[in-house]
Amino acid sequence: MTWIPFVLIAAVAVFFALYLVLSKNAVHGALSLVLVLVSLAIFFLLLGAEFIFIVQVAVYAGAIMVLFLFVMMLLNVGGAEGPLRENPSWQLAAAIVLGCVLLFEAALHIARAGEGVRHFPQAIAADFGSPERIGQLLFSSYLLPFEITSLVLLAAMIGAVVLALRRFP
Amino acid sequence: MSNTTFDWIASLIKAVIIFVVLLQLVPVLIWLERKVVARMQQRIGPNRVGPFGLLQPLADAVKLMAKENIIPTGVDKLVYYLAPVISIVPALAAFAVVPFGEPIHVAGRVVYLQVAHVNIGILYVLALSSLAVYGITLAGWSSNNKYSLLGGLRASAQMISYEIPVGLTVVAVVLLAGSLDLLDIVNQQVKQGIWNIGPQFIGFLLFVVASNAELNRAPFDMAEAESELVAGFHTEYTGFRFAMFFMGEYVNMVTTSALATVMYLGGWHGFGPDVWYLNLIWFILKIFAFIIFYMWVRASWPRIRYDQLMGFGWKVMIPAALLNLAATAVVIVVAKERATLWLTAVNIALFVVFLAVLRLVNSRQLEQHRQVVPQPDAVRG
Amino acid sequence: MNPYLPILFMLIIATAFAVGALSLAMFIGRPKGGNERKLAPYECGIEPVVGEVRERFPVKFYLVAMLFILFDIEVIFLYPWAVVFRQLQVFGLIEMGIFLAILLLGYMYVWRVGALEWQ
Repeated sequence: MTWIPFVLIAAVAVFFALYLVLSKNAVHGALSLVLVLVSLAIFFLLLGAEFIFIVQVAVYAGAIMVLFLFVMMLLNVGGAEGPLRENPSWQLAAAIVLGCVLLFEAALHIARAGEGVRHFPQAIAADFGSPERIGQLLFSSYLLPFEITSLVLLAAMIGAVVLALRRFP
Repeated sequence: MSNTTFDWIASLIKAVIIFVVLLQLVPVLIWLERKVVARMQQRIGPNRVGPFGLLQPLADAVKLMAKENIIPTGVDKLVYYLAPVISIVPALAAFAVVPFGEPIHVAGRVVYLQVAHVNIGILYVLALSSLAVYGITLAGWSSNNKYSLLGGLRASAQMISYEIPVGLTVVAVVLLAGSLDLLDIVNQQVKQGIWNIGPQFIGFLLFVVASNAELNRAPFDMAEAESELVAGFHTEYTGFRFAMFFMGEYVNMVTTSALATVMYLGGWHGFGPDVWYLNLIWFILKIFAFIIFYMWVRASWPRIRYDQLMGFGWKVMIPAALLNLAATAVVIVVAKERATLWLTAVNIALFVVFLAVLRLVNSRQLEQHRQVVPQPDAVRG
Repeated sequence: MNPYLPILFMLIIATAFAVGALSLAMFIGRPKGGNERKLAPYECGIEPVVGEVRERFPVKFYLVAMLFILFDIEVIFLYPWAVVFRQLQVFGLIEMGIFLAILLLGYMYVWRVGALEWQ
């Protein structure tokens, strides 16, 4: 029975992902990307990772997509005028090649992982994916990556300011 | 009846009840706001339709429903229709995790007095309220109107700016409770013997101010500055589509008040016997106290300038919320079991110092003002 | 039953209400048609000023959104920390102290270069 919600959400995700790619209107595309991201968040929920679910909603749907919308309004690419310039044809070819590589890689991993991935593990801890478990792991085993994250955020902060406040001649 | 069937029916009933109550609260709150603000401004307020003008919101609803459906030229139709829906759906769904009473037992089964009892309740409310930005931004963008676009952008920049102090003050509460579950947060306040408004008094003040700004309410209502922006993001909206933005705003106000009640005022706990219907009354009373406070603020302060608003958010609220968080963490580690007591003392002391500094600054400014502007007596003399 | 299922009920009810109410309003208040003036964007009754409506916007808004994302991620990291804080005690204080100190450097830089001024 666990496959019914999965298939439903997957259908929603694929539909809006296609809409995102095919839509000529950038803001419509951004809106469908929000729905794709929310569907991905629900996948996490179905896997029992509730903290990641809410982080996905809060950070991707709630914060990053707002930036996307702002940038679209900033550059005024949102309207019906279409893209700023036509995509060069090599982009299409590169996209198809890279997409195939990605698909092949995913297939390879699923094939190599064997039974473990194809069948949902029967027993996971009751508190799997809870904020407590994530906190315990993050502040013991994964302490170094956590601290390095702050450096990444620092770099992003400085980069954003340098780019935004640059004086154009 | 199996357990699953029971759960399904129970949560469906709860969802419907919460939905109906939230929607019915909107006209009540509109009437209340108009009455309260009117009285504070020495006016009478609505008094024609029904006793005390109580039916005024109903008449307004009918009027809005019957309004002609004008679609201005050049709007992006899909987004234009979607924006009001986007602004009300997350607002209604956010309330789903708010607990309004102790879990009760029905036919030998536990029923939580909240639509959904989830582990991460507080984060869920914050995440959904952060989605409210979309309704406003998209409404402004799709309207094909300069003022709407500017209003929408301004409002969304303001809302995201004040989300950070809200988040930081909430972390301080989580620090005390050690859980993201709203039910745990309420129970922990009972266990520590004092509601969080004591040990988190500064945090409480920060939360009230920041949430007021996040709700786009006066004095932070830049989105709707009539005098600067015609009306803001909803200029081109008429009839029920316009009403939907309003409903979303009021429902958000109820949710924020409920969240503040749960986090700082001990949720449904009050004086007297601990039975669920009395608890419910306490809960509603506390929410209404908050809402009336927001109305009072609206009637008391003039709208502040946009640069002041953004500066205040980034330069005052964020450092203050971070300091509050750091102080809470340090006191918890140092004072161990007596942390609550120490936190309460520190908070009250800090608040007194703050008031004293404010008074000093005010009197100094007043002094400067007197030197620049001659007083009537001096002129006459 | 999954504890998140009732949220789905709530979402369905809310969406049904919103879509239903809007459709009803559209049916009752059918557009009666009108002239160019009636459907023009409202700018205080003045003729809409000539020019692009969806103008390019100050880069300031982009900067605010970017800084918001970074601080939002910082706040998200604080939640699991706050939940397990009583187990971590002094250790947790130091860990988060380092994390926040590095970010505070960035915050101070942002403040110094005047990125928080709204001019």
